[in-house]
Parts: sequence; C-alpha cells; structure tokens
Amino acid sequence: MNRIDQLFSNKPKEILNIYCTAGFPALNDTLTIMETLQQSGVDMIELGMPFSDPLADGPVIQESSTRAIANGMRVSVLFEQLKGFRDRISLPVILMGYMNPVLQFGVENFCQKCAETGVDGIILPDLPMDEFETEYRPIFEKYDLHLIFLVTPETSEARIRKIDAVSTGFVYAVSSSSTTGKDKDMGDQQAYFARLKEMKLKNPVLIGFGIKDKQTFAAACANSNGAIIGSAFVKAIENSTNLQSSIQSFVQGIKG
Amino acid sequence: MDIAVNTSHSKYHVNDKGYYGRFGGAYIPEMLYPNVEELKEQYLQIISEPAFQAEFDQLLTDYVGRPSPLFFAKRLSEKYKAKIYLKREDLNHTGAHKVNNTIGQILLAQRLGKKKIIAETGAGQHGVATATVCALMGLECVVYMGSIDIERQAPNVARMKMLGATVVPATSGSKTLKDATNEAIRHWINHPVDTHYIIGSVVGPHPYPDMVARFQSVVSEEMRKQLLEKTGNANPDYVIACVGGGSNAAGAFFHYLDEEAVKLVAVEAAGKGVNSGFSAATSQLGKMGIIHASKTLLMQTEDGQIVEPHSISAGLDYPGVGPLHAHLYETGRAQFLNATDDEALAAAYELSLLEGIIPALESAHALAKLKDLPLKPEDVVVVCLSGRGDKDLETYIKHLK
Repeated sequence: MNRIDQLFSNKPKEILNIYCTAGFPALNDTLTIMETLQQSGVDMIELGMPFSDPLADGPVIQESSTRAIANGMRVSVLFEQLKGFRDRISLPVILMGYMNPVLQFGVENFCQKCAETGVDGIILPDLPMDEFETEYRPIFEKYDLHLIFLVTPETSEARIRKIDAVSTGFVYAVSSSSTTGKDKDMGDQQAYFARLKEMKLKNPVLIGFGIKDKQTFAAACANSNGAIIGSAFVKAIENSTNLQSSIQSFVQGIKG
Repeated sequence: MDIAVNTSHSKYHVNDKGYYGRFGGAYIPEMLYPNVEELKEQYLQIISEPAFQAEFDQLLTDYVGRPSPLFFAKRLSEKYKAKIYLKREDLNHTGAHKVNNTIGQILLAQRLGKKKIIAETGAGQHGVATATVCALMGLECVVYMGSIDIERQAPNVARMKMLGATVVPATSGSKTLKDATNEAIRHWINHPVDTHYIIGSVVGPHPYPDMVARFQSVVSEEMRKQLLEKTGNANPDYVIACVGGGSNAAGAFFHYLDEEAVKLVAVEAAGKGVNSGFSAATSQLGKMGIIHASKTLLMQTEDGQIVEPHSISAGLDYPGVGPLHAHLYETGRAQFLNATDDEALAAAYELSLLEGIIPALESAHALAKLKDLPLKPEDVVVVCLSGRGDKDLETYIKHLK
C-alpha cells in the first residue's frame, strides 16, 4: 500500500504536510530537514524540485528555488540525496515540480527513480490532466506513484469531479486564486472549503496556499483532511543558524 | 479582414488540440484553467462575428493607419540584385506590428467582459501598443517589464506611463522579457476573474499562439493584395521576417503557409554568435521543452532550467520561440537563419542610407540576411519591416562612433 493511502487510513484529519525546496538553504540540508520534520511530528513531506521559472509560485519559493539551483540542486542530484532515505524516514514523501525538468529527465526514468528511492507521490501543476491520462498514467501506475492534481475556487464542480476521478492519493485544494505565499483572507474561503467537503470526493483533500500559522491551519482543517504549508516554512528556515531548532519551533507553533 | 479563415485543413496551422505538430498545447497550472479554457472556447466564435470584424477593420484603418504600404526598395534591390519590397509595419500607429494584435485582443477582452488588462513587454513596443489600446477603450492597464529592460528602454517606459499604464518592474530571475512574462502570468493567477492577459507574441498556452497569429495575419493578407497589384502575382518568392517569439513572422507567413512555392525565411538573433554563449538563436541552441505553458524549442540546461539568451535587440531576447515556428523549423517549411548583433547594426545603417528608413533593431535582423540568400534578379522578396528604429536610437548612436 502506498504510504500516502496508509497515512490517510490511519489519520483522516489534521494532516500536516510541510513543503520545502530541495537543496535549500544549503545543498545538503535536504535530508536533515526531512528527518527533523519527521521528529517534529509532521505527517507528510513535500519536496520541491527547484525550477528557474516556477509560474505558480510567489516570491518566497521563487527565491528558494533560485538559491537551490545556484547551490547545485537538480533532479539527478536530488535522487542521489534520496538514495537510502527510507532507512531513516518513514513519512510519505511527495515531489513537487514543474514539467520541463521532468520532461528532460525522462518521465519514465523519473518515475522509476522515484520508486527506487521510495517517493510516494508527485505534484506537477503544469501537467495537463488530458496529457497525463493519454500518455503517462500507465507509467505512474507501474511504479505505484500517486499523481496529485490541484483544484481552485474557480474550478467548476464538473471539473472537480473529473480531477478527483483522475487523482490518486489526495486532491490538493488551492485555498484562493493565487500564487503560493499570498496573504488572502481564509474567512472568505470557508464556503469553498465547505462546498468541497459536501462533494464527498473519493480522495482526501489537503488545502494549501496561504496556510502559515496555527489559525490558518485550523481553519483549513475544519473542512478538509489537513493542510500544506510551504512559503511560511521556507521563510522560517531561510536564514536559520540552527535548522533543527527552527524547524521544531515552527512545527510546534502550528500544532501547538 | 480574413482573421477567422478556416485553417483546419492545413498541416502548418494549429490542430484542434492546440498543437503544431508536436509543439504547442497548454501546460498551465489549474489556477489558469478557467481563463484559458474560456478563451479557447470563445476566441474563434468571437472573431468570426461580423460586428467584431467590422470594428477590428475600422480601427486598423482609421486608428492604426492600415493598410501599411508595401514599398519597392529600389536602391536596396539594386544592391542585392532582386526585387525587394518592404512591408512597412513601422508606419503603424505606435511604430510596430504589435498594435495589430493589441487591437484584436482588447476587442476580445471587452466581449469577454474583462475590466482590466495586463501585458508583458521586452523592448516596450508591445507594452506601448497595449497601453495605447487600453487608453483608447478606457481600461485599466498594468504592464510587466524586466527591471533591466526598464533601464535600457526608458523612452518606451515614459510612453506607457503617459498613456496611463502602470509599469511594474519584474525583478525575479534574469529581470528581462522571460521574467516579465512570468510575472504577468502570476498576476493573472492572482486576478483570474476580471483580468485579460494580452500576450504580445505567438507564445503562451493555446489558444494564444493561434489567436495572435490571426490578428497579425492582416500583414500577409495585405501583402497578397499589394503584390498582386504591383507584380501581377500574389505570391512572392521569399518572405523574410525576424523571429523572437515570432509574431511579425507569424503574420507575414500566415497566408503563405500552405503556398509551398513561397520560401519563408525566419531570422533569429545570433547575438554575439550562435556558439558564443551570448545568443538567442533558439532553433539552433534549443531543444524540446516547455516555456510559458507551451511546448516548443527552448534554450535550456541539460537539467531543464531555462537559459538566459542574449541579443542586442530586447524584442528578440527570448529563450523560446512560438510553437508554430518550432513546427515550421522541424518540418523544414521555413528556413531558419540568424544574424549577429553586428550584422543587424550594419543592416540598420544600410537601410537608413539606401532608403531613408531607420528600422527597429529587430527588423534589421531580417534585412541582414539579404546578403546570404541566393537571390536571382527576377526574385520577388518581401521583408517584413516590423518596426521603426526610434526606440533604438541610443544604441545606434553608441555604435556609430
């Protein structure tokens, strides 16, 4: 059973998924951060594969990506770092990135490496659902990798149903019409979260974008299975002199 | 105008899935799906409406000053021993072909009920053309421009501001056209309901490449009529145009794509030389990749990071190329040449002295290849003179010394 499915069957609510950019702040921090996240009680890890032109991301994740690339991070380096990580980390791990680096690495090669190292799911926000269905789905299935699609407040009900049908693992509900790390009022989004909940999708739902603290995490969890925090975490560690303690206090601040 | 012509039979135009051969598509995050889908569903229908076409035609005639002349360049013809015509897009209002597209898209935006307009710009020509139509229609306009380009294209920044647009510096990445486009896309993600994004070239997710090509197709439509009148044949032997993203070339080639006897020549910016590390010759240096939501030829690292190009001309300084052009390159339908910064400068001086026309640096790249084509005296050659050189005077003065 895929670790993502296992997680949701054991713990259907208040899932805390933390995003960090691989190779940031320093190239070899990736594993240290993942291990500390696990020790701190996080439920899932989303690792960003840095891209030069991340269209869906706001300034914080853009900046971390630029730094990670300058540090020497690339898809092949990430898979080197992930070799043997399953000896140390049991949490579900998702890779998030943009299509072009994956395309250049080769989709099948990429999926194979994910399976070999122990990655559980992939988020590729600029991969069209149609193309996934016609070209890539069998590859993802072969390697037991979940592909997680996004929905937004502007996504029609019919399309949400379709996305839910094609997604495996969970559905990533973008909290508002925005790039990552924007401060938009969560209060306005409760109706949308509630609408998603009432749709009773086959997949669990995690809410992301704009989740940054205890309050926004709680607001997101009220109508979903949990939430994803990215920019706020990246900000918390970008100038950290002690990664472990920065991470622990950040996670404590969310979970209380 | 023939912007709604049915192209479904053609192997060079976009297919019903939004692809040109293996290039094109819409690699957009879900946040943009409703907007792009709305455009895709409606653009052909809207531009087919007689009322739309009448308004488009009238504005092109009375506001832009079309048709733009097809000028027989006598002294240039003598020099290169062929019959050379210049399609004078430089004489359009705002000084380049860009306005053909912004007129079309602003009319489309109005019909979609959009209240605000965003655009990206490199040299500032598309930004000025967008700010112009926004002023004309009374719509709010935000233009993203790389902070480096803002410095090197100060007159166009001033023009945009005078026209009422807000110019926002793009400070991410390499701070040029690619990043201005990223920032415009991000703005659109954050304002999906009331805003239309006027992309300035035949790039971006489907349907933009086809939509922009259709609005620019007025260039080749006029060329056909004008050539028929002047030479008795609507088809020339050659059409030459510069290519960055490729909108003026798309317009100049559009009605000739299926006329295989017409040789299409696309000229890219070689910068300091194709292999110098400072070039924007995408067809030579790029491979299949995704930029700005379109699958196309792309200058990139082995790891798939997008590479920063170089050209003396800010309008050709783009690491990708429209998917139509990638397809024309791959099928061999168009011949792809490139001109260095120095060749472009020399061609600009030459045209100024031989014909009394100061061309934009972008257009000068197309002129620069007249010397490299195996022209025969009876050959009819049309060069798309996409813009005028006012904006480049500082560069020209600097290199005159």
